[in-house]
Amino acid sequence: MTLFVKRLAKSENGFTKEEFSMFKHENEDSSGLYCEKLNVSINGNHILKDVSLKIPKNKITCIVGPSGCGKSTLLKTFNRIIDMTEGVKISGKIMLGSENIADMSFNDLTEIRRRIGLVPQRPCPLPMSIYDNIAYGCRIHGITKRKDLNKIVVHYLNEVGLWNEVRNRLQTPATGLSIGQQQRLCLARSIAVEPEIILADEATSALDPVSSKIVEDLFVRLKEDYTIVMVTHTLRQALRIADYAIFIYMGKVVEEGPAKEVFENPQNELTKNYLLGVFS
Amino acid sequence: MKSSPKKHRKKFVAAIAARVCMYLSLLAVFAFAIAIIWAVIRRGWQCITWEMVTSLPGGGFYIGKSGGFLNAIVGSIYIVGASTILGLIISIPAVFYLNVYLKKTSKLAYVARLAYDVLFGVPSIVYGAFAFTLMIAVGMRTSLLGGIITTTLLIIPIMIRSMDEVVKNVPDELYEASYALGSTRLETVKLVIRQILSGIATATLLSVGRAIGDAAGVMFTAGFSDSIPTSLTQQTATLPLSIFFQLSAPQVEVQERAYAAAFVLTIIVLIISLLGRFLTNKFSKHKI
Repeated sequence: MTLFVKRLAKSENGFTKEEFSMFKHENEDSSGLYCEKLNVSINGNHILKDVSLKIPKNKITCIVGPSGCGKSTLLKTFNRIIDMTEGVKISGKIMLGSENIADMSFNDLTEIRRRIGLVPQRPCPLPMSIYDNIAYGCRIHGITKRKDLNKIVVHYLNEVGLWNEVRNRLQTPATGLSIGQQQRLCLARSIAVEPEIILADEATSALDPVSSKIVEDLFVRLKEDYTIVMVTHTLRQALRIADYAIFIYMGKVVEEGPAKEVFENPQNELTKNYLLGVFS
Repeated sequence: MKSSPKKHRKKFVAAIAARVCMYLSLLAVFAFAIAIIWAVIRRGWQCITWEMVTSLPGGGFYIGKSGGFLNAIVGSIYIVGASTILGLIISIPAVFYLNVYLKKTSKLAYVARLAYDVLFGVPSIVYGAFAFTLMIAVGMRTSLLGGIITTTLLIIPIMIRSMDEVVKNVPDELYEASYALGSTRLETVKLVIRQILSGIATATLLSVGRAIGDAAGVMFTAGFSDSIPTSLTQQTATLPLSIFFQLSAPQVEVQERAYAAAFVLTIIVLIISLLGRFLTNKFSKHKI
């Protein structure tokens, strides 16, 4: 596991915000995520066509587009979870620092997946207690001392604002939490392994408005420390929180740029029509 | 849209008919089970004695003289216990190889599942005969080890196919959640095992039920002995064979004793089932 978690485990009271930013990725080549001429096909179906884009660091990037345009495929290609789908073929480059994710073997991907966390559409707690849900990722990456894990669990549950709600029932099944709490737990689980990037696949679509707002606010707060890439079907949500926007249509990037520009002054006719609700 | 009263009545009658059919099916199975268990308990309880379950058969036990069938109880427990452990050790990796390492469309997985389905239906006497031929080929005599190997072969298809169905139903999101944290395939398998503990317990119970009640498979391979085996190479008695030999005896009192052995067999199965369910509930509280 990286230096940050080790230091966090050793520190008495966790880290201050400044220390957090300073140590977090000091031993990793975190020069950002970008892809070039990325093509993805599933069972001969060409889903992503020559996608080239750069994800800005420490910003919230929202990928928007109509249903079936390939936005979830793009997101799941970034950490190659798409490989779980049968018949997937990937060509082109997905670069994280100096490493090409598109070319990696399954075994090499485990470290990349730690660096690129994923928050799913529907929360999926692991079949274990609330405590173990957070500790699981740390355990598989080598932190096994109970004392260290305790600090990590408290730290990350605090990060997602869940600590006060679950502090008295850490050993109870995670499935006993409400859906909104489960989604925050999944977020805490993802960030507990210290990713540089968090991928969120319509992470609020299964939540009620109150829980959705809490998770949204969390993303806004977390962007100071993480690069966040969100797929969203809700334009209003993208308008509220996106710093950078990417509009995809039929597997191609139609328009990308700072969210304000894309949403307020779209250059492409397709983007304009999508924003006006001509198609969805 | 409002349905007509005639249509509504038809739906109502269909619902009632379906419910009655379900109830009758359940009742038929339940009645059979109760009838068998009742016959075993009623007749077994009448003739069972403490001596029977705690002593070995004396000379002439099978012609009506004193003694017990402790040899068969211990032999059955040895064979079932060892073959269940061996079966789990072989089945769990096979199930996960089929589901995690092989693609869903893999031809090998298809052929393997087909083979297990066929093996599932093969009568135990065929397993016994097959194992017996193998034993002759390698110069092995009928023994506890022979019985354990045969019973393991017999229960492996049951274990694999029952667990396979459970693993197939594990949500893809769980695999996704595990891989997304940077887990290897093996770590993901360990996680999925937590999720399917109840399925593993059910598969084990099904297998134990089949193994403990099987006589034909062990007849050629484990042999029969009036003493408790002290090594894997010695012959051993089993409860089903003990029941068979007692029922085959011409003396009525010996035939009655068979029910005492069947009663003990039923009690062992009941204890294992209850224990299995208790452990399943205890370990599957975190299941998603």
